Amino acid sequence: MADAAASAPPFAEGGEAVIVADGLTRRFGDFVAVDDLSFAVEAGEILGFLGPNGAGKTTAIRMLIGSLPPTSGTARVAGHDVAVEPYAVRRAIGYMSQLFSLYGDLTVRENLDLFAGLYDLSGERRSGRIRWALANAELEGREEQLTAMLPLGLKQRLALGSAILHEPAVLFLDEPTSGVDPAARRAFWELISDLAAGGTTILVSTHYMEEAEHCHRVALMNRGRLIAIDAPSALKASLERPILEVRTSDPSRAAAILDGLEELEDATMFGRTVHVVVSDEAVARERIAAALEREGVELGEVRRVRPTLEDVFVSLVRKSGGVVAG
Amino acid sequence: MTFGRTLAIARKEALQLRRDPRSLTLGFLIPPFLIVFFGYAITFDVDDIRLAVWDADRTQASARLVDAFVASGYFRVVDRLERYPDATEALQSGDALAVLAIPRGYARDLAAGPSPVQLLVDGSDANTATIAIEYAQGIASAHSRRVTLAERDARPTLVPDSRAWYNPSLDSRNMVVPGLVAVIISILAALLTALTIAREWDRGTMEQLVSTPVTRLEIVAGKLAPYLAIGLFDVLLAVGIGTLLFDVPFRGSLLLLLAMTSVFLLAALGFGMFLSAALKSQVLATQFAIVATYLPALLLSGFIFAIANMPRVLQLATYLFPARYYVTVTKAIFLKGVGIEVLWPQALLLSALASLAIAATVAVFRKEVA
Repeated sequence: MADAAASAPPFAEGGEAVIVADGLTRRFGDFVAVDDLSFAVEAGEILGFLGPNGAGKTTAIRMLIGSLPPTSGTARVAGHDVAVEPYAVRRAIGYMSQLFSLYGDLTVRENLDLFAGLYDLSGERRSGRIRWALANAELEGREEQLTAMLPLGLKQRLALGSAILHEPAVLFLDEPTSGVDPAARRAFWELISDLAAGGTTILVSTHYMEEAEHCHRVALMNRGRLIAIDAPSALKASLERPILEVRTSDPSRAAAILDGLEELEDATMFGRTVHVVVSDEAVARERIAAALEREGVELGEVRRVRPTLEDVFVSLVRKSGGVVAG
Repeated sequence: MTFGRTLAIARKEALQLRRDPRSLTLGFLIPPFLIVFFGYAITFDVDDIRLAVWDADRTQASARLVDAFVASGYFRVVDRLERYPDATEALQSGDALAVLAIPRGYARDLAAGPSPVQLLVDGSDANTATIAIEYAQGIASAHSRRVTLAERDARPTLVPDSRAWYNPSLDSRNMVVPGLVAVIISILAALLTALTIAREWDRGTMEQLVSTPVTRLEIVAGKLAPYLAIGLFDVLLAVGIGTLLFDVPFRGSLLLLLAMTSVFLLAALGFGMFLSAALKSQVLATQFAIVATYLPALLLSGFIFAIANMPRVLQLATYLFPARYYVTVTKAIFLKGVGIEVLWPQALLLSALASLAIAATVAVFRKEVA
C-alpha cells in the first residue's frame, strides 16, 4: 500500500485524496511561514512532514486543521473545504499538538470525559472508547491522578488517546514524539502504523530524520517550501553519489575544511562524524586525507555509508541553492 | 450548539475552578468579607457633629438655643469659646466641625423680632457640611417656632410633616448594603472570567479545543455557567448577611432578585470574558478588568454619587455599565419591594448589555481562530 501511495500522482483522478493542500501559503507580516504548499494524502497513508524547526511544519498543520486561516490557497480534508465547512472537518479529524495539550489540573479520567463530551460520544460507545484509551495508555488504575503529575511518555499516550477517542478518519500529529524517550517513541510508532493499517490517514510532523522511516511518504520542508515528497526509499535512491563518513578528532573543523573542497560535493556535520558527498570515491579519499593532514586535524576511519534521509535533505537544499534553516 | 458539548466545557471549567485556590478565594471568600467589612465601614450618616459654642449673650434664651442643638442628637458640644476669633482655631485644628456663634443682645433682639445667630461650618468636607447646615436650619426653625408660640401665645401656622419612605430612619446602611452587593459582584464577576479564556491560550489548550467540533458559543456558554452559579450563591449570601447581620429590610421577591442577578451576571461575566478573549493574556485581562469595572462600579453606578447630579456626559456614560442598573435593582427590591412592573427597563437594558458582551466575545474569538 505504501508503494501504491508513493507512486500516486498528487491529484489523482476519480476518488479524492483524504488530505489535499493546494497552493497553501501563510504570511506573518513579511515572513512567509509556508510558501505555496501543494500535496495530497491518500486514505490509510502515513505522510511525514520532515524539516528543521522553523520549516513551516506546524503552520501548515494548523492551516489543515482550520485553526489558522491561510493567506492564500485552499485545503480540503475528508472531502470538506477547511475554510467553508470547518466543523465538518473537525468532526472528521483528530489533532495532537506538540505540547500534548491536556488539562494538567484535570485527572486522567476527567480529561477523557471532556474529550468524549466534545466529540459527542455517548452511552456504550463513550464508556468503551474511554476504556480503550485508558488501556492503550496503560493508565488503568491511575484514572484519578492529575494529568500534570504523569511522566511525559504517558501524557503523550493519553493525548493521543484523547485525540482519537472518536475514531477519526484523519489524524494530525504535530511533533508527537518531541522529548519522549526512545522506547516510548517505538511503541508510539507501532500504534501509528496500526491505525494506518486500519484505514486512518495520518499526517505527522517530526524533526527526527530517523522517524521518517516509519512513514509511507515523506514531505521534506525547508523555510516554508516543500522541496521533495516521496517514499523514503525512493528519496534515498535519488541520491546517486557515494557518501563517505569521515571520523576525525574535530568534526566541526573537519566539516569546515572539507566543505567546498574540489571534487567533493558537500560536507556536513553528522553527529560526531562528517558526511561528504563525493563523485569519485578513490579520488575523494586521497583529497580528504591530504586536506585534513595539511590543517592538522587527526583523521580516523573513512567508510562509505548508505545515504540517510538527512543526507538527501541536505543535498536537496544545497542543490536548490538554499540554506538549511534552524 | 449542543447541550452535551456545552455541558462538557461547563464541567471541565467547574473542576478546574474547584482546584484553583485563587478563583475559590475570589468567588467564595472575598465577597462576604467585603460586604461585612464595608457594611460596617461605609456610612453616610452624620450624627455626631462636633460643635464649638461662642455664647456672648449668656442669657437663658441663648442657653436654650444651645440645648436645642444638643437635644437634637446630631450635635455634641466639644468646646466653649471665650472670644469670637477662637472660632478660626477651632475649625482649623479640626477640633470642631461647626461653630455656633450667639452675639451679645440675642435675647433682647429675640423679644423684639428676628435675631441672627451664626453657624460656621468646616466646608472642606462638603457632604458633612451640607448635612450639618441642614440639621442646623431645621433645629433653628423648630426652636424659632417654639419661641414664637410660647412668647406670643400664637397658633402654629404651617407645620411641614415629612417622612422618608422605604428608609424612614434614613439609616444609610439600608442604602449602602444593597448597593454594596451590586458593586462587589460587578468587580468580582469581570475578574473571575477575565482569566478563563486567556488561560487557555497561555497554556496551549485552546489550540486543542478548537480542533474539536466544539463551537465558540459552546465554549463561551460552558465557561459562563459555573461562574453564574458562584455569582448567584454570592448574592444569596449577601442577602443573608444584609438582613441578618445588618438588619436591612428585604421587601421584594427573592426570585425576582435572582432572575435579575442572572441577567446582570451574564453582562458582567461576559464583559470579563470579552477582555479575556480580546487580550489573550491573563495579566493584561485582569488589569483591564480591574480598571474597567472597579471605578465605574464605584463612581458611576449611583452607589456613592447620585446619577441625577452628574454632568450630562457622565450621566450618558453610566448607561454603559451593568453596575448602574443592578444598583437600582438591588435597592428597589431590598427597600421598596417593587416588582418587574417597575424594573422592566433595567431588565431590558441588562439583557441588551449581556447579549452584546456575549456576542462580542464570540466575534473576537472568531478573528483569532478561523
